[in-house]
Amino acid sequence: MWIMIANAGWILAAALFLWMLYDWFRVDTTYSEATLTSSREGEIEAYQETHKV
Amino acid sequence: MSNATASAADTVKKISLLRILGPGHVWALGVGIVLVGEYTGWNFAADKGGTLAALIICWVIGLLYTSVAMIDSEVTSTVAAAGGQYAQAKHIVGPLMAFNVALYLVFAYTMLEVSNAILIADTVKAYAGEGFTDWHYKGIIAIVIVGLAALNYRGVLMTLNVNFVITAIAYLAIIVLFFSVQPWSQGTILKLNEMVTPENALPYGWIGVIAAFHWGIWFYLGIEGTTQAAEEVRSPARSLPYGTMAGMITLLIGASITWYICASLMPWQYLGFTYYPLLDAGKLTGSALLENMMFAATILAALASANGCINDAARAWFSLGRDRYLPQWFSAVHPVYRTPYRSIIFLVPIALAFAFIANLGQAITFSILSGVLHYTFMSVNIMMFRNKWPLGTIQRGYTHPFHPLPAIVLLALCVVTYFAIFLGYGAQLTAMVVFYVIMSLWFHFYRYRYVKRGDQFTMPWPKPRGY
Repeated sequence: MWIMIANAGWILAAALFLWMLYDWFRVDTTYSEATLTSSREGEIEAYQETHKV
Repeated sequence: MSNATASAADTVKKISLLRILGPGHVWALGVGIVLVGEYTGWNFAADKGGTLAALIICWVIGLLYTSVAMIDSEVTSTVAAAGGQYAQAKHIVGPLMAFNVALYLVFAYTMLEVSNAILIADTVKAYAGEGFTDWHYKGIIAIVIVGLAALNYRGVLMTLNVNFVITAIAYLAIIVLFFSVQPWSQGTILKLNEMVTPENALPYGWIGVIAAFHWGIWFYLGIEGTTQAAEEVRSPARSLPYGTMAGMITLLIGASITWYICASLMPWQYLGFTYYPLLDAGKLTGSALLENMMFAATILAALASANGCINDAARAWFSLGRDRYLPQWFSAVHPVYRTPYRSIIFLVPIALAFAFIANLGQAITFSILSGVLHYTFMSVNIMMFRNKWPLGTIQRGYTHPFHPLPAIVLLALCVVTYFAIFLGYGAQLTAMVVFYVIMSLWFHFYRYRYVKRGDQFTMPWPKPRGY
């Protein structure tokens, strides 16, 4: 069973890593660098106030 | 032209980390990172100094970490920013100290993450039987590191909800084991008086107790990681002290129970040698149910720790980028998941590389070394904080008692721990210090020119006393 889990682990790890790379590429090509790096220490926003799911 | 630039800057939508966590998540982050230390690591203190030395260290190092938790709670409830002690160092000591502290944090947590992945793979290998090759071993490491990185990438709330559940299960497993071995009835299952006798309690005398400091750190290493969540908790002034102190109480109880169970079931020679003291304790009860429970709990504790470490290392790296101590590129926040996604991805191959080539002892030692350097800074930091901004000059969410006693205790115990590490891993200690010196020179002579000096200090505090 563990051998099967370990083999599945490789496949799943590769899939998740590719998903992260894809999402990273998608985000970086959709948003401007200024927006993505706009976070500033001390400027924290309350989730309940502004975040929309 | 300048007006147009300012106007464009004003229209840029700001994206920040999500303020969504509560005290329970802070507890889950701190205890989650640390609890694996009860499942493995602390017991090597018995190899250095015997079973009684492990108990002495459990409480003395508990004192060190109680000081850490109290000091951290006071400063972080005032400097609520991602990066935790990095942000503290930047405002209180200065940029060079802050850069070093951030490196300590990234190394301590990344090496701890690596240790956890190796531990899980080792545990699985021990149960997998024949046919479980190096390929399969590395497959387990890969899915642990990449899987948890993907969870962290996806969002902090889910990450720490998962951590809360698996940490609670791993902790409850220790409690269940404790009551299953009938601690009220010595001689039935537990045989402490046979395992620990006046002859073997301290086989190497008091120098063995000093040497045991090295591994005693493992009982609590990482509890200070709660501060990395400072920018993502809804109420930092309340949640951080509450979550950190509750975590410390949880760990002190867990560590004492763990010692009592293991010391009553195993001779010190075996206790100091095994990688799985609690799992072996489960086996020694003769109950397959308890053994399986402790097997699952060992893996869950290591998963919780690795998960918390990815969270903390990424935030420290992200903070360095945000202040341009590293390329600002690392300070990007995911617009949907609101996580420091580039920092999370960047640290994945580094963790994988170390996990594939390092052994557990080396990885743990690098983590401990970075941790102790970090605690040494904290003792100096709190004294400077109280001197520059005495009580009453700025608002504090929590004020720790008996100052400067906790800082002095912390500094003294750090010095003893350095000596203990030098006894066993002198070469690694020297190499690590040389590494930090080289990095400091690089930062001072090269990197600092890119830092916007005025922008890095963000706390609305009055001028420090004496300036």
